[in-house]
Amino acid sequence: MSTFLSWLGGLVLRFVSYFGALAVLTAELFYSLFRSRIRWAEVGRQLVSIGFGSQIQVIVTGAATGAVFAAQVYYKFNQLGLDSLVGGIVALAMCRELGPVLTALMLAGRIGATMAAEIGTMKVTEQIDALRSLGVHPVDYLVAPRFIAMLFSVPLLIGESIRFGIGAARLMAVGVYNVPEAFYNDQLYKNVDHIDVIFGMTKGLAYGYIIVIMACHQGLTVRQGAVGVGRGTTAAVFYTSMAILIANFFLSLLLNYIWPIAAT
Amino acid sequence: MSSAGPPFISVRNLHKQIGDQQILRGINLSIHEGENLVIIGGSGTGKSVFLKLVMGLIPATSGSIIVDNTEITTLNERQLGPHRRKIGMLFQDGALFDSLTVAENVAFPLRESGMKDSPDMHSRIHEVLAAVGLADHGHKLPAALSGGMRKRAALARAVVSRPRCIFYDEPTAGLDPIVSDSIDRLIRRTQLHYRCTSVVVTHDMRSVRSVADRVVYFREGLIHFEGSPDQLFSSTDPLVRQFVEGHCGEDE
Repeated sequence: MSTFLSWLGGLVLRFVSYFGALAVLTAELFYSLFRSRIRWAEVGRQLVSIGFGSQIQVIVTGAATGAVFAAQVYYKFNQLGLDSLVGGIVALAMCRELGPVLTALMLAGRIGATMAAEIGTMKVTEQIDALRSLGVHPVDYLVAPRFIAMLFSVPLLIGESIRFGIGAARLMAVGVYNVPEAFYNDQLYKNVDHIDVIFGMTKGLAYGYIIVIMACHQGLTVRQGAVGVGRGTTAAVFYTSMAILIANFFLSLLLNYIWPIAAT
Repeated sequence: MSSAGPPFISVRNLHKQIGDQQILRGINLSIHEGENLVIIGGSGTGKSVFLKLVMGLIPATSGSIIVDNTEITTLNERQLGPHRRKIGMLFQDGALFDSLTVAENVAFPLRESGMKDSPDMHSRIHEVLAAVGLADHGHKLPAALSGGMRKRAALARAVVSRPRCIFYDEPTAGLDPIVSDSIDRLIRRTQLHYRCTSVVVTHDMRSVRSVADRVVYFREGLIHFEGSPDQLFSSTDPLVRQFVEGHCGEDE
């Protein structure tokens, strides 16, 4: 019993300590954003790496999800004679849930891992100490530019993923399953409007923050050389993915309250 | 070289504990303007830790560190920024930013201090790279350089903003004797050219002979010997002799 309690106590302490460290990093980040000089060249470099570098991943994620979801929904709706609803349902799901979450998970894998590995390698090779020795705060140079780039990139990448998802779903429904295009479009426009896209892109702001803070924190706290970088990178992907899924639940509740699904 | 100048760095009763290990056990040391101080000692005796403490890169457990009349142990990370710019540091493996070219690495401290891209800045970068013999290598990434070249590039980055003091953390470690000698001469030349204070941590006795005005020997977290290179090499202290002559190390 005492072993269990000690294990539980240790777990709670680690949990509190971890979130405390994230809170401190967040405070440093906001100090940096509002009180320090923004390194726009570094922001630009990150925008290229995050935005341009994620294109194939985002397009494939959006298109594959939209196409597969349309195919699955079509079989069931076809039995009920509701073929034309496929477009509306797929688009709604892509805008509000699938587009944001799957894109964020893919970005957590690619961008989160890259950030944790880059910063972790800088840590173990004393590059972060070198940065500090030159009078530069690591959060100003490493975290703030990545955060700004993510805030711009993630909502746009989610928007792009949604667009490709809806496009692929149309291709499946109209092109492969011969759903009449006029009916398909009619249901699509009746069920989905710009608020649904804003809904998904707004989630992107939160996911961008989660990926940057958790991945950079893992990188900045790496220890024990190459092994530590590997562990930090794995932990960054795992923690950010879990956090995105959990945050998605609460965000969906909150945003559904602010922007409820329009009545048709 | 003069040791009569005012102390640029003054350390009093400095202790550092990491985990259960007591690394420094009460160091008292003054480093004067314009002097070349060399710190020697076996592995794990706290030489590099001492440099990092004075740079403010790690916190002291207790004691006082005064740099240029400012007590730095009470400063936070952001307050330490201006203090650190007074000191350049050459890390053991160079610690060049591997996503930047050599020239960008050297330009980094200037850009961070607010200097805009200008012919003046480029000529300063070229001058420093030429001084370390890397004038034709500015476009290369650090990964494309040899160990000695990386150290020279790191030295160029450390001196480009003309700091008042430069710390060298084992500048000749892992280099062959010829490259080591060129690094030693570069340290001496840098000190004469920029008239800065130098603190060199090394195991290399040839470096001590060619670089030092004064030598301190760290042993078990304390200063065991302090004096000129001549005093070091003529010392009759068996522990000093053992270290200088490289008989079985103190770790054994």
